Amino acid sequence: MAAATAACPECDAQVEIGDDAEVGEILSCPECGADLEIRGLAPARLDVAPPEEEDWGE
Amino acid sequence: MTPPRIGILCSRIRVEEKLLLQALRARGAEPERIDDDQVILEIRGRAGPGASNTGAAAAPGWDVVFDRSLSLTRALAALRILEARGILTVNTAQVVATCGDKVATSAALASRALPSPRTLVAFTPEAALRAVEELGYPVVIKPAVGSWGRMVSRLNDRDAAEAVLEHKRALGSAADSVLYLQEHVDKPGRDIRSFVVGGETICAIYRRSEHWITNTARGGEASNCPVTGEIDRLSRAAAEAVGGGMVAVDLLERGDGELLISEVNHTMEFRNSIDTTGVDIPGRMADHVLALAARGTAVGAVS
Repeated sequence: MAAATAACPECDAQVEIGDDAEVGEILSCPECGADLEIRGLAPARLDVAPPEEEDWGE
Repeated sequence: MTPPRIGILCSRIRVEEKLLLQALRARGAEPERIDDDQVILEIRGRAGPGASNTGAAAAPGWDVVFDRSLSLTRALAALRILEARGILTVNTAQVVATCGDKVATSAALASRALPSPRTLVAFTPEAALRAVEELGYPVVIKPAVGSWGRMVSRLNDRDAAEAVLEHKRALGSAADSVLYLQEHVDKPGRDIRSFVVGGETICAIYRRSEHWITNTARGGEASNCPVTGEIDRLSRAAAEAVGGGMVAVDLLERGDGELLISEVNHTMEFRNSIDTTGVDIPGRMADHVLALAARGTAVGAVS
């Protein structure tokens, strides 16, 4: 099976979504470098990841 | 036997969360994602047998909830509600509250007489300036609540101290009136991060950087650090001081080799430390969560 792809909402490049992808996963667009979040898997859907919040951390 | 019901509270699925989900699944668990963007939690007591659990705030009877939320504020609120229901949590709200606030962390370490850098707290820029002069330059100023090295500043002289304190007064929130000032430890271009899971120091890394801030989130480079007896002792003691669970302990080395506990982190990141140490950190964490879940099932069975 060919890997699923979805359009980068920033630059419209086709971004490959791996077989083991999870909804909510963060990845970078290989073309424009935008941080993206996987919003759906069937069909694959990407959105720009929300910016870091003040109280985020480890 | 039914598999344990494990809830995993998360905001985003980073490399760490993905590895943890995979490790839990590889051990036969089916972790349920609790998305902190979507969840509604009802505040109520322990659900007895047959207690109604309906509507938008319905929550399955998790044996254990594993906190991996990025947000300290959300994690703390959610864990407190879940614990009121009698659900086991890891880390617990107590651990998150203690690690999430540097004043609370330092107080917990001090109450057990554990070695850490000398720290003074003041509440006005004027008092803070006196505290800085008492510590002697350079001094490190950190937000009491904050992570990833954000807003951590080194004050090399009085000019820098006055500037940072004035900016904090002008731009900060009420929380920024807690001025946490720490002796600068002249570490050898690196610090140590150890990983404690269920009372055991499972591995440690050195974090090296040209910059005095060595967080890997800030570009610090990881390499394996052998767990010496002293690293093990201090790491376990630091974990116990904040309430146990799974934590990453940051240690600083003084020139004479003395080790100081700098910080304890409650939602540890470990992506740079698995290959570095050869230790299956997510696997060890998953084992710990499953051991707790087994206990949660046992608790449920008798009550």
